[in-house]
Amino acid sequence: MLKCRSVWKKLAPLARASSTACRLNVRRAGLNNGRIPSCVPAAQMSTGPAGGGRQNQLYFLLVGVATVGGSVYAYRTVKGDQKRYQERIDEIASRPFKQAIEKPATPTQSEPPAAEATETEAVPEPEPQAAPSPAEPSPPAPDAEILAPVETTEPPPETPGDSTPASLKVPSHTPYLLIGGGTASFAAARSIRARDPNARVLIVTDEPVPPYMRPPLSKELWFSDDPSVTETLRFKQWNGKERSIYFQPPSFYINAEELAGAENGGVAVLTGKKVVHMDVRGNKIKLDDDTEISYDKCLIATGGVPRNLQVIERAGEEVVKRTTLFRKVEDFKALDKVSRNIKSITIIGGGFLGSELACALGRRSTESDLEVIQMFPEKGNMGKVLPEYLSNWTTEKVKREGVKVISEALVKSVVCKDDKLEIQLKDGRLVKTDHIVAAVGLEPNVDLAKSAGLEVDSDFGGFRVNAELQARSNIWVAGDAACFYDIRLGRRRVEHHDHAVVSGRLAGENMTGANKPYWHQSMFWSDLGPDVGYEAIGIVDSSLPTVGVFAKATAKDTPKAATEMSGTGIRSESETEDTATSPVASSTPAPAMVQHKDEYGKGVIFYLRDKVVVGIILWNVFNRMPIARKIIKDGEEHGDLNEVAKLFNIHDD
Amino acid sequence: MSYCKEEGKDRIIFVTKEDHEAPSNAELIADDPNDPYEEQGLILPNGDINWNCPCLGGMASGPCGSQFKEAFSCFHYSKEELKGSECIDNFRNMQECMQKYPELYPQEEDKESSSQAESGSGSVSAEPTEGSALPPETDSIAAASTSESAVSPDSMSPTDNQTAS
Repeated sequence: MLKCRSVWKKLAPLARASSTACRLNVRRAGLNNGRIPSCVPAAQMSTGPAGGGRQNQLYFLLVGVATVGGSVYAYRTVKGDQKRYQERIDEIASRPFKQAIEKPATPTQSEPPAAEATETEAVPEPEPQAAPSPAEPSPPAPDAEILAPVETTEPPPETPGDSTPASLKVPSHTPYLLIGGGTASFAAARSIRARDPNARVLIVTDEPVPPYMRPPLSKELWFSDDPSVTETLRFKQWNGKERSIYFQPPSFYINAEELAGAENGGVAVLTGKKVVHMDVRGNKIKLDDDTEISYDKCLIATGGVPRNLQVIERAGEEVVKRTTLFRKVEDFKALDKVSRNIKSITIIGGGFLGSELACALGRRSTESDLEVIQMFPEKGNMGKVLPEYLSNWTTEKVKREGVKVISEALVKSVVCKDDKLEIQLKDGRLVKTDHIVAAVGLEPNVDLAKSAGLEVDSDFGGFRVNAELQARSNIWVAGDAACFYDIRLGRRRVEHHDHAVVSGRLAGENMTGANKPYWHQSMFWSDLGPDVGYEAIGIVDSSLPTVGVFAKATAKDTPKAATEMSGTGIRSESETEDTATSPVASSTPAPAMVQHKDEYGKGVIFYLRDKVVVGIILWNVFNRMPIARKIIKDGEEHGDLNEVAKLFNIHDD
Repeated sequence: MSYCKEEGKDRIIFVTKEDHEAPSNAELIADDPNDPYEEQGLILPNGDINWNCPCLGGMASGPCGSQFKEAFSCFHYSKEELKGSECIDNFRNMQECMQKYPELYPQEEDKESSSQAESGSGSVSAEPTEGSALPPETDSIAAASTSESAVSPDSMSPTDNQTAS
């Protein structure tokens, strides 16, 4: 609308001018016409009176002059407009971004040319992207600018006072822009490249490293024998093969400055840059160094930031510097170093990350004399995920890993005394430790919501997107930051690795025109030592009613055993040979008496919502995820869940 | 004998092997092979290649992606008696490209892919450097297309969850 108005404003004087010219013409003509009609009827029959001929000539001369005058005026107005508009654009481009989007892109006639001239002169150094590097052709840019002023703010090549090229590394435009350099982003990049031949994809991440996978940071990397693991970041997979946490080595990616010119396209990663502003109307973003990058399609995969406890944040610098919030590679490196130099470490939080780190550090405590404490408000580990009986059972296993578990613990205050941290719990207990790891949840990163005008979900946090992961026309969101509509299970936000892969891939597909909704249900898994491993899918919330179907466990039913035997194992395995600790049950069918000692060796747990299975945990049962996925996809009410459990053949190996 | 107990809202059933011997009477809805929402295998219902199949790892999206796509497409649509025999040039281009990125395409796979180019199975079986869990067998690729491809391990997961059986 603004554009229409401004265009009209631009055209109005022109229209006025031309209409004036017309009117003048008409009037002049009218003057003559006024006379001519009286003459013409009379002259129709003849060639006209000789005296009238001279008048005609005069008339035609006047009309001709008027027409010429009018067109000259029109021509000069339009040209002047263009020139003024160009100057305006240059001026806007060099102004701070914020001001630029407030003013309309096209100049208005009301702007005094004088003011513009002074502003143009006062233009500071144009933006770094002003001067395209010689290697980087930007043919669409100047054309696009004239035609679509709101598209880019690149100063055209004819900018007066062209400055020296600042950063050569950042392309000014990319067809596909992925904000965030994590799992979802990488999955999307791969998807885009697979579907759009020669696609040019730019990933912008504030981390100093290219995309990597997160699960090994709290599991496999800790079990590595290699003393240089913090440098190599390599771990052993289930199949014995080693790999790096990085999805691809650096040679996979192309340099950002080569992106525009790359014949077959490619994926470029811009590290150490944070996107601070997003202009949805202009289809462009701004980095923390004021560089602007425009895009055709954009993915927001900004993930999240670990939450902290308020009591720690307020406790002062001495406490804060002895606290780790664990998420990134640098956190892993720091924690590894710290854990080797202290005597006692406390993990606050009883969920996935907290429990995995506790077990990993607990294993380390057998080699050193590191005291590992884990505290959380729930009654047992994974209290919000596993039903109570299983949570209790898991907690016992965690304790066996060498962890001192303090359950039902609410932290009241933390102080630093004599280089030691003292954690005061609400029930009066006092815990003294050297270092704290806070694993109390993830805050989805929605910093861009404000500038981009994107909706944030109040229930789950994160950007609100539809079933196709779309927030706005050219913007998708995937991974931890996406609160999406799951057709089967309802609106949710999922913070797991496989979901990042699945949603990233789906977003990439939709960015290349697929228009598919979230349908393939992602799964997740966790291992807590060599005895406890499970895979899960769907909504796994301990507040839901559950039905668990278990078989008696034998020594064969452990994650480690599963990998060894079938060769197609799934679990990450521990490095210890400690299978002897797993209880070997009697092989006879268990009579009721023995059950109260309950060994939940292996089984299936169904989570129900209105009698429909919405979540399934496969407890020490592997290679069955497709069946679980199918049951959830069907969304049927099953009368007897024991019958459904039969589908999993839990007794088989 | 199965044994059941309740703990509040949670029900727990212990079952023996005998209890689960009888086939299940739980009903599952038949799958629609043409469901557009479902994840597709390597070969789409219309016969085209699904370049986004997780089973391919990063082959179609890496620096040699276009060469790979050309070579594999040529092979896939080849009607020759010796399938893919006219695609030698494409495979050679691909191999040359891959040699430029030894980190991404380790050298032993080049031997694999060149020998398999003869047999026409193409480099689809060549393991992407990410260490895909999928064993480099062409049969498993074909199987992956028929079985639930969701099952196909994506080399982006550090731990595999299923194999394409």
